[in-house]
Amino acid sequence: MPKILMKGNEAIAEAALRAGATNYFCYPITPQTEVAEYLARRMPEVGGVFLQAESEVAVGNILFGAAATGKRVFTSSSSPGISLMQEAISYIAGAQLPCVIVNIMRGGPGLGGILPAQSDYFQAVKGGGHGDYRLLVLAPSSIQEAVDLTMLSFYLADKYRNPVMVIGDGMIGQMMEPVEFPENYKEPPLPPKDWACTGAKDREPHIIKSLFLDPIALEENSLILHRKYEQMKTEEVRCELYKTSPKNKILIVSYGTMARICQTAIDELEAEGISVGLFRPISLFPYPEKELYTEVVRKNIEKVLVIEMSIGQMVEDVERIVKGARPIQFFGRTGGVVPSPEEAKEQIKLLLKKETIAKPRKKKKA
Amino acid sequence: MAQFEVTLAGFGGQGIMTAGQLLAYTGIEEKKQVVWLPSYGPEMRGGTAYCTVVISDTRIGSPIINNPTAACVFNRPSFDKFSPRVKPGGLLLVNSSLIDVTTDRTDITELLIPANKIALDAGNARVANIVILGAFIGASKIVSYEKTVEVIRSKLGRKKEMLDINLNVLEKGFKLALDIMKKAGKKEKA
Repeated sequence: MPKILMKGNEAIAEAALRAGATNYFCYPITPQTEVAEYLARRMPEVGGVFLQAESEVAVGNILFGAAATGKRVFTSSSSPGISLMQEAISYIAGAQLPCVIVNIMRGGPGLGGILPAQSDYFQAVKGGGHGDYRLLVLAPSSIQEAVDLTMLSFYLADKYRNPVMVIGDGMIGQMMEPVEFPENYKEPPLPPKDWACTGAKDREPHIIKSLFLDPIALEENSLILHRKYEQMKTEEVRCELYKTSPKNKILIVSYGTMARICQTAIDELEAEGISVGLFRPISLFPYPEKELYTEVVRKNIEKVLVIEMSIGQMVEDVERIVKGARPIQFFGRTGGVVPSPEEAKEQIKLLLKKETIAKPRKKKKA
Repeated sequence: MAQFEVTLAGFGGQGIMTAGQLLAYTGIEEKKQVVWLPSYGPEMRGGTAYCTVVISDTRIGSPIINNPTAACVFNRPSFDKFSPRVKPGGLLLVNSSLIDVTTDRTDITELLIPANKIALDAGNARVANIVILGAFIGASKIVSYEKTVEVIRSKLGRKKEMLDINLNVLEKGFKLALDIMKKAGKKEKA
């Protein structure tokens, strides 16, 4: 199939259809409304359900109910809308149902603004709702990757019977780039959905719930979830390295569109004779912990620079993983302000100028 | 060419986004990497709507471009906003039908294109965006004229009458830019 130029939102919508999504529920919000616009047209063509609900609270609960049928279901929204869905997301995770949630992030908190941001990292990765649950979180940095990860997310949701979230900033939604959809898309085999509520004629009813009044039963449910998250940590870690080299003194850690902006900064610095590498996590949960640690403790790395479109969220995970092995600096802009490659370059140069605190030079004995 | 960036700016309804998309499509047809990024922020009425197109031979990093290689400005607010941002050595295409000022900068090449007049003379004021697109291709040579014609045929070919007008003004803009660049080249040599 030839490459076609598509807006991120539309590409995500088409990717979901091609991954077999038959149910989409939504409530419009900038900067992701084109997902809904596109599917309002396309869903009926494939015999699926397109439903605009009265609010995101309703969307979350419709998603919960529809997921219980075992059909591939998803929604998309932007930050304030995702906040409204958190109760349902917690229920969906607790009831072990698969679904996909796309968050095209905008600046917050509150109603915030409509411009790109990455300030929903905590909400996505640490659990925005209550209880011991996690989402599997994937962060694309291009439209092609948004397509690939959206398709993958439906498989992963079914594999783990857990909600999967695709998070991109507003640019991922609004930008157009060439994309290619895989021909004859195939997934690895999945177990039958023998838990789905499809009508109990001639069989025992299936019960899907997140209510366990017996504490031992509830603990057991949480442990089942916990084991799934441990499995994700071994099987679903994804990341990308860019121009990492043994001679680099600085490692940048950045994800999503922000990582691309860092790539431009890195390319421009390379032209000036300064070599810097980038670590880009693609799965934010599970975080590529071992992979990051390996890159950070390389012999010549003196400092780690985390750059985000937030006031500092992922940096806390980097700190947790690096455990003081190297000093960590943070740079971020938020509220819809996107750091430019020039700003990123300036931060890197500043860091190179400063005396290293990681490896104090041994004093020569007189 | 490693990477070329162009910002197209004007007010809503001037076909800014469409012109940028046509350019991006042409880039793909020429097997280049492209990114098209619109402004979707809150803008004052009568202010600027703009998009940036990046065309590159290699993987494109930042989609955010503060200092593009070229700017095509369709109205006065866009002129004020973007003419100072063009990279030194870059191009500034000015819709001189609606903008009665010129840049003071001597480190860029300015092309005055009476886009609305050319469009009106061709029979439809709404194709001013295609005039500028033609001029941009003529001045930058970033994609070929022939490929652009192909893309316009496939994307805007539904109404034969409009297609003819579009192709007509594309050529007019293209040739005008070639003339201007030729003269500018001679001046430099002199």
